[in-house]
Amino acid sequence: MKLKADRASLIKALAHIQSVAEKRNTIPILANALIAVRDGKLSLTATDMEIAVVEEVPAATSRDGATTAPAITLYEIVRKLPDGAEVELEFAGGDAQLLLRAGRYATSLVTLPTDDFPSMTAGQFPHHFHLSALALRGLIDRTRFAISTEETRYYLNGIFLHAAEGDDGRVLRAVATDGHRLARVEEPLPEGAGSMPGVIVPRKTVAELRKLLDEATGDVECALSDTRIQFTVGNVQLTSKLIDGTFPEYERVIPRDNEKILRVGKKDFAEAVARVAAISSERSRPVKMSLARDLLVLSAASPEQGTASEELEGDRVKYEAGPLEIGFQARYLNDITDQIGGEVEFLFSDGAAPTVVRDAADSSALYVLMPMRV
Amino acid sequence: MSSGPFPTQRSGTDASGMRGLCRDCFAETVVAPCPRCGHGRIVRHAELFSLDIAHIDCDAFYASVEKRDRPELAARPVLVGGSTRGVVSAACYIARMYGCRSAMPMFKALKLCPDAVIIRPDFAKYTAASHGIRALMANLSPLVQPLSIDEAVVDMSGTSALHGAPPAVVLARFARDVEATLGLTVSIGLAPNRLLAKLAAGQDKPRGFAVFGTEAAEVMADWPVRALPGVGPALERRLAGHGITHLGHLGALDDRAALARLGDDGPSLARRARGEDARVVNPERDTKSVSAETTFDTDYSTIAELERPLWRLSEKLARRLREKELAAGGVVLKLKTARFALRTRAARLPGPTVLPDLLFAAARGLLVREADGTAFRLIGIGASPLMPGYTADRGDLADPHAARRVAAQAAVDKLRKRFGEAAIGRGRGLPLPRRDG
Repeated sequence: MKLKADRASLIKALAHIQSVAEKRNTIPILANALIAVRDGKLSLTATDMEIAVVEEVPAATSRDGATTAPAITLYEIVRKLPDGAEVELEFAGGDAQLLLRAGRYATSLVTLPTDDFPSMTAGQFPHHFHLSALALRGLIDRTRFAISTEETRYYLNGIFLHAAEGDDGRVLRAVATDGHRLARVEEPLPEGAGSMPGVIVPRKTVAELRKLLDEATGDVECALSDTRIQFTVGNVQLTSKLIDGTFPEYERVIPRDNEKILRVGKKDFAEAVARVAAISSERSRPVKMSLARDLLVLSAASPEQGTASEELEGDRVKYEAGPLEIGFQARYLNDITDQIGGEVEFLFSDGAAPTVVRDAADSSALYVLMPMRV
Repeated sequence: MSSGPFPTQRSGTDASGMRGLCRDCFAETVVAPCPRCGHGRIVRHAELFSLDIAHIDCDAFYASVEKRDRPELAARPVLVGGSTRGVVSAACYIARMYGCRSAMPMFKALKLCPDAVIIRPDFAKYTAASHGIRALMANLSPLVQPLSIDEAVVDMSGTSALHGAPPAVVLARFARDVEATLGLTVSIGLAPNRLLAKLAAGQDKPRGFAVFGTEAAEVMADWPVRALPGVGPALERRLAGHGITHLGHLGALDDRAALARLGDDGPSLARRARGEDARVVNPERDTKSVSAETTFDTDYSTIAELERPLWRLSEKLARRLREKELAAGGVVLKLKTARFALRTRAARLPGPTVLPDLLFAAARGLLVREADGTAFRLIGIGASPLMPGYTADRGDLADPHAARRVAAQAAVDKLRKRFGEAAIGRGRGLPLPRRDG
């Protein structure tokens, strides 16, 4: 194997794959990147057995072949090369070392045989659809904050992606919940997604995919089976195992007839919550919302540090139902308002019941929050 | 608590230094009947007025509450528990004369005592009675540690000035107050430490008052090892294998010999056999954990063997939590290997619960990781952290079926309340089929 590539393209690909490569070093081959030139094309692969990332890198290749070398070491070396450097990689085969040259710099890295490198990309993906990078970003960003980290209910440790019946026809839905809050976001159902099974995409996969989407424009190709999902973003292909579990019947916990409606400007509200919550360093302390006609009082108390409150009234708040007191964790409120544009709409039932929150101008996302005792 | 100066007749001490107290008029006397009131209940001990750890145990608690509320049963044998298919939760002292004991299957108890009146347990009533007794205990000392619904240990050190009387007198008055205000009797053990206080409380039941002092080690030496709290049938057999049948044998081992012959638990076992106990009375302690455990007759190593007792313990834990109006915020799995090494593993629950299914599922998850072929002699499950009972099983957004599970458990509880503990249960609680060959 022999090739030349410029530092910029190589560093971008290595950055993607080194974050997937196994860092705990339990199985040595998983810390390595597979470097392969086939039919004159260079690809880099890393996997931790849960996720695999394969990236095609523009390169001038002169001989096919493949080997594996430590992904993080490669990344660190290439990162330290000067801008605009041309990197030459050469591997003679067998148990030879991988030679890397750039200008007057040269290194040789210990390799492991490619036969030991696990393949995750083989097998069938019966369901295919395309989704714009923008839409996929929206599904992820507006749900991922609600993904649970709890081990007992491992089936909550990801985003539940499935085809569903929305208010205006079939939709592709992303749902995440940690039990305290739930986020449900939908996109019009892409062609080909109608028959897909409901799948739970693990948190780490979501994070890796989201990084790839930062730079992406255009469509993302999604392919999936019952056990794996594959996203192709430009010249990067990410394949991941799915969480083998049953996502809760979330529709049953979404309140249907909460009738007490509050509308408040997102900026006013989010800033007031942050100011009031600053009285307590304890993250789980509730912020109390006390409501009366066209009046919202936010307050918080800390036994050690005192109390704080802020009033929102007049034209900044619309509320016509009877008086209500309800408390939420400040961080949970801010996680949701971060996803909302102009005006936030709350739909309450009472001070102890789940509350619906949504963007007043956008029905594609819906959030449910469990109140805290105040 | 009654007032009045502590009586100090000189008849309170005899030539051998023995001190005595009349439990009816609280006069200090070693002679019976009491020269002041003529009653014969005199408690005597050389250290009577200097000991300050008390163990208080209600007599046949559930049965006594029932008898109090139904005076017509006063002279009849009473068994509290399920129907013929259940077990005896409590047997009154009359039923005990026929050989009936708590935890005995009801049909067996009825065979021994066919005339017994069976009363289904009413835990709300017992809890209320227990609260009444606790309220009186609160007057004794700030250091009251409830051990169960009908048992507590009290550290009365330093309270003499406050009460104007030594602990022995205050406790005798307490026993009388419980009888007078709640219609229940208690047995009291007074000793220098918790272990001896507990042992003393068992010496003179019912309506007893017994004292253990420096003579304890000598007295205990002649007792069989089973008399020591914590020694069950399995440990008894194991000790017998070492030629240890009496506490004297056990107490004679120094720390090194005990460790060599009995393993990690050996030294503390030997110390307790000598009547030594360094545990302090901690009023917070009982609310820090609620648990249930069992020692096997033979060691178990597979999941299939271990999960059955675990399920039964999960049910027991759930019941104890409900009785104490607490809930489990997490579970602790406790295992002791055949070589007496202790393993504890903990997991946080998604939300507080008192449902045996959820306790079991969390503990089983921990068990799976430990069941690596190691032989275990003991398994236990505990609830920690403890949460207030009202927070239990409220469900959350990821748990839409919480209400359904609570309803199912309520149905099981209702059946058990009517027909006894064995009326309904999970298949996983049944014994494993015997393997042939």
